[in-house]
Amino acid sequence: MTEGEPLIRWDWIASHLDEFAFRLGEHVELTVIAVGVGFVIAFALSLLILRAPRTEGPITAVTGTMYTIPSLALFALLIPYTGLTVVTAEIGLVSYTLLILVRNIVRGIRGVPADVREAAVGMGYAPREVLWRIELPLALAVIIAGVRLATISTIGLVTVTSLIGQGGFGFLILIGIQRFFTTELIAGAVLSVALAILADALLVLLQRRLTPWARAA
Amino acid sequence: MEFRDVSKRYAGQLAVDQLSFKVPAGRICVLVGPSGSGKTTSLKMVNRLIEPTGGSILIDGRDVLREEPTALRRRIGYVIQQVGLFPHQTIAENVGTVPRLLGWPKERIAARTEQLLALVGLEPSRFALRYPAQLSGGERQRVGVARALAAEPPVMLMDEPFGAVDPIVRDRLQNEFLRIQRDQGTTVLFVTHDIDEAIKLGDRVAVMRGGKLVQYAPPAELLAHPVNAFVAEFVGSDRGLKRLVLLTVGGVDLDTTVARAAVSPNAPILSPASTLRDALVRMLASEAQVGIVVDRDRYLGVLTLSTIGRMIRDDT
Amino acid sequence: MTLLGDVARWFADPAHYQGSDAVQTRVLEHLEVSGLAVLVGVLLALPVGLYLGHTGRFGFIAVNVANVGRAIPSLAAIALAIPIAGTLLGAANGLGFWPTFLALIPLAIPPVLTNAYVAVRGVDGDVTEAARGMGLGEAGILRRIELPLALPLILAGIRTAAVNVVATATLGALVAFGGLGRYIVDGLALQEYDRLFAGALLVALLAIAVEVAFGTFERAAVSPGIRVQQGAL
Repeated sequence: MTEGEPLIRWDWIASHLDEFAFRLGEHVELTVIAVGVGFVIAFALSLLILRAPRTEGPITAVTGTMYTIPSLALFALLIPYTGLTVVTAEIGLVSYTLLILVRNIVRGIRGVPADVREAAVGMGYAPREVLWRIELPLALAVIIAGVRLATISTIGLVTVTSLIGQGGFGFLILIGIQRFFTTELIAGAVLSVALAILADALLVLLQRRLTPWARAA
Repeated sequence: MEFRDVSKRYAGQLAVDQLSFKVPAGRICVLVGPSGSGKTTSLKMVNRLIEPTGGSILIDGRDVLREEPTALRRRIGYVIQQVGLFPHQTIAENVGTVPRLLGWPKERIAARTEQLLALVGLEPSRFALRYPAQLSGGERQRVGVARALAAEPPVMLMDEPFGAVDPIVRDRLQNEFLRIQRDQGTTVLFVTHDIDEAIKLGDRVAVMRGGKLVQYAPPAELLAHPVNAFVAEFVGSDRGLKRLVLLTVGGVDLDTTVARAAVSPNAPILSPASTLRDALVRMLASEAQVGIVVDRDRYLGVLTLSTIGRMIRDDT
Repeated sequence: MTLLGDVARWFADPAHYQGSDAVQTRVLEHLEVSGLAVLVGVLLALPVGLYLGHTGRFGFIAVNVANVGRAIPSLAAIALAIPIAGTLLGAANGLGFWPTFLALIPLAIPPVLTNAYVAVRGVDGDVTEAARGMGLGEAGILRRIELPLALPLILAGIRTAAVNVVATATLGALVAFGGLGRYIVDGLALQEYDRLFAGALLVALLAIAVEVAFGTFERAAVSPGIRVQQGAL
């Protein structure tokens, strides 16, 4: 922090709105790709676990280890292979979503009451119809809760990708740190938190739209 | 519906052992027995939620094992104790489940749904668009029955469908179910552990124990002539009294030698259609200890306690 | 693969075990700042979580603290700690240990607070009722009944906090702190991939070791009469 410098220079903020918009786009893109790809992979892994429960232990161990490895370390381990690229960032970000998403998808589907499943099978739903028409709609609340957690933590982790040349709002934080410029640093941090809160609120709204029966009780 | 030497073996243990019986079309057969007697297993083999290890089950002469399970299940109504309504679908959508699976046109499903809700005593305009969570236990059970009847199945399987509701609601649901069943002529296989429910609902009662069929008979015969000590104990030491539920005042010999004017005016007036049990309660409650039996306005005779006593005694 | 050979040589080089940049020094720095932050976080969060759980009040706050905690990116926490440390402790302490330490504390609080709250809340009401009926006071109920029953979840919360803190301490290198993050940040800046990769390996192993150590401790510490509850965080 430079002496005599105010904590926040509003004129700098006013003159950098274009940059904020650009970083917002970058941040959202990195997040959406990570959560989207993560969801597809997690969904496949969850179906595997539900069909073959023996795979649950190994899958949880692997995704749990990925989740435990600090983000910066994981990016660093990838750099010699995939360089300072979006691919490195996305591999890391996707791998962090898997544990939460798999856990919630599996928990959601297992949480469907046994009597509902039995009634569906007993009335002549084919196995695939039971999954798509009964189990997934009923698991939706738990699954979206997982997507919310994954999205919030991904938005936070995207800031770390600034160290490998990506980063969205994290880029502002990193430059702010390197230049001791608190305005830019605080702007990046606040915008990142605001984006996480906004994304979470949107997902809550989505869940309400998709599960009208939950409000009827 | 017919069971032929049906067996189910789990890891070497026989859950159902050489079960054979026939249910006449349009009748209710109740499987009754203590827990672990194999009654629910037997029921679930009919719609192949459980696959038999041996034997065959015929519906209308066709072996269920030769049919495609999902198609088979769509032709069989299925009601379970926890109802299993789909919480994310409205009552109307729940009732329309099987017709939708069968690809009925929308208008036909809507009309059928409305008709069924009215049939089970739920005002369609009030209930059709609600979700299961907004209904009471008894109402949910009615929806469960309506859903099972939706595609006019010739056969219904019911697994303790009234087990989770309180006794007053259960009694009402049983009466309505009997009315609907007579009306629709559905063949029903019904599982319960409650012998009173079995006697009340069953045209035939199958008593099971340890996977074996111990006795298969109409309820009156079961009460009158239990084949062994197990059945006698299971139907209860008060089976003589229980039998009175099955007999009507019109079905026993009345004392016609007494003129109506000679009978105490305190004596209750009984109709020939009332059960002997109700008659007994009313006679004991009055001081006269006899009942005057009247069919519309015609005096038929006097029912005495000794006549009822003979009915109980005869059978024990 | 030449990289792995380079990394192996990096680890074998005695120069990397001497001086201020020695591996053992970096590990100790990393553990020191992490351990202190977790300790302070637990001291702050555990009593509050237990009290809220025991009284059942302010549950909304207790649960939402965790969600807010998740929404704060670790890089943002480190960044915001620079002006805070500078203002509180003078510009001389605006870099290095203090901002790192201050940024890690709030990361340790949410899982500990929420798990303690949820765990105590989750204790069967019949059990506390019986204890109250036998004449135990409120403090006695909390200490003798609720705490032992809630222990598995509380320890799980501390484990989550510790793993998060060890991971985030890596970023301390950005604000001129030491620790294992130093190798990664310097390796990136100097484009020395052997140093970068070695640092990343050390950080990953340290995080996994912390996770495993806490997991082992939890299994040993929990009363065998209590089935480990699944859930919360």
